[in-house]
Amino acid sequence: MAFAAASVLSLQGCAGWQSALDPKGPAANELAWLIWFFIGLCSVVWVLVMIALAAPLLMRPPRRTEPLMLDASADHRKLRVVVIAVGLTAATLVGLTLLSFFANRTLAAIGSNAALTIRVTGHQWWWEVRYEDATPSRILTTANEIHIPAGEPVRLLLTSTDVIHSFWIPSLAGKLDLIPGHMNVLDIKADKPGTYRGQCAEFCGAQHANMGTFIIAEPRAKFDAWWNDQLQPAAAPTGDEAKAGADLFLKRPCVMCHKIGGTPAGGTVAPDLTHIASRQTLAAGTLTMSRGNLAAWIADPQGIKPGSHMPVVELNGDELNAIVAYLEGLK
Amino acid sequence: MRLGFATLLSVTLALAACQREERDTRPQSSLGSGGQPTPVTTLEPGGQRPSPSNNKAASFEANAFHLSEGKRLFGWFNCSGCHANGGGGMGPALMDQKWIYGSSMESIHATIRDGRPNGMPSFRNKIPDDQIWELAAFVRSLSGNAPSSAAPQRNDDMMPHPSENRMPDAATLGKSP
Repeated sequence: MAFAAASVLSLQGCAGWQSALDPKGPAANELAWLIWFFIGLCSVVWVLVMIALAAPLLMRPPRRTEPLMLDASADHRKLRVVVIAVGLTAATLVGLTLLSFFANRTLAAIGSNAALTIRVTGHQWWWEVRYEDATPSRILTTANEIHIPAGEPVRLLLTSTDVIHSFWIPSLAGKLDLIPGHMNVLDIKADKPGTYRGQCAEFCGAQHANMGTFIIAEPRAKFDAWWNDQLQPAAAPTGDEAKAGADLFLKRPCVMCHKIGGTPAGGTVAPDLTHIASRQTLAAGTLTMSRGNLAAWIADPQGIKPGSHMPVVELNGDELNAIVAYLEGLK
Repeated sequence: MRLGFATLLSVTLALAACQREERDTRPQSSLGSGGQPTPVTTLEPGGQRPSPSNNKAASFEANAFHLSEGKRLFGWFNCSGCHANGGGGMGPALMDQKWIYGSSMESIHATIRDGRPNGMPSFRNKIPDDQIWELAAFVRSLSGNAPSSAAPQRNDDMMPHPSENRMPDAATLGKSP
């Protein structure tokens, strides 16, 4: 009893922004329901099997007058029990299989009328996010943070450029691999606005654990405003320090890998920084966005995320401050 | 007892083989040779520029991690734009035995950092010094100048040529067997 109570209490810990047991969308709902149904049914079966095993062990066998004589009617009864048990087992297994088929069908139907397509490309160790649109000027590339309209199905096209990653937002959907040279399709839908955390779920190298992502579901109007904002070129630096930082960004190694829209910086091998300060985290969910963390990340990326492809760049204190001041203004 | 001790000893010795190299991802910026002057002439005492006092070249040359990073950077920084996966195009081929400015790590590092006449741009202050050393180590591996145990063993995408660890040894390159 106490154990059961403790188990139920510990399940409270499963709530939160990254939990398959705290579903926030139809796909996750379906999966959570399936998990609980399987666990419930299998528990009942387990208890029944244990009782069936324990009963003959505890029961005293009937005393026979002639030990070697076979009792035809008893054998017949036992055979009938075995046949019924096999039949029940088969029916249970077929039933559970059918249930998971139907759940799969529900999952597949979620994105059938998705209006929004997002291409998610896995990199060691960050996510490239590209919003597709029929108008080329509305195509948007960002990183690590995926904004979606709440209550609408969204189609995600998953691929990778280096090794196999896996995209997993437990609160919204099951996991699906990102495979180099192959496109996987995952449909998600968030019922309510909110922030849901995701995580790479396939070991992909030294910083696999620090490859997080965030799905931010917003009302449609807010989402559209966000998209329009993100399409704008980067904010011009204000103040002498930020202006010096913008200049340094272009003259220093930063420019070789990163892109800042509206400036000559056009590298595509690292996250797009056009609106970096509008994101909540740095380095794929490793650090929260703040001036101090920006500076720390630029000054010592290999201490924070050893093995990541962000190199140590030689900058003195003033240069570091200037670049951080510039990046901080890129809302 | 003696058998157990011998087994333990051999297992311990075997474990030592698991250590191939140290990954130095966090360089000491003061050790970088980025501050060296740009050479204005190829005339150097002894026909070669004096090598820097630190052992950068040696620590990058046979290090599998640095070699594979160099391979990645070779693609990222579009070296192929002129050198075409090492086969040469607008720029000279890198997978043959001919070296215009010498085959040492220091020469290749200087070539990338400071540029060379007739088109090779300077990457000084464009990429961190350690990445230049990684690129230099990779360029050497293109012509079989890196140990095959450390040279990159596969390409991330299409295979324009056999992987670097299958290149013929530099000593036999360009000679018929």
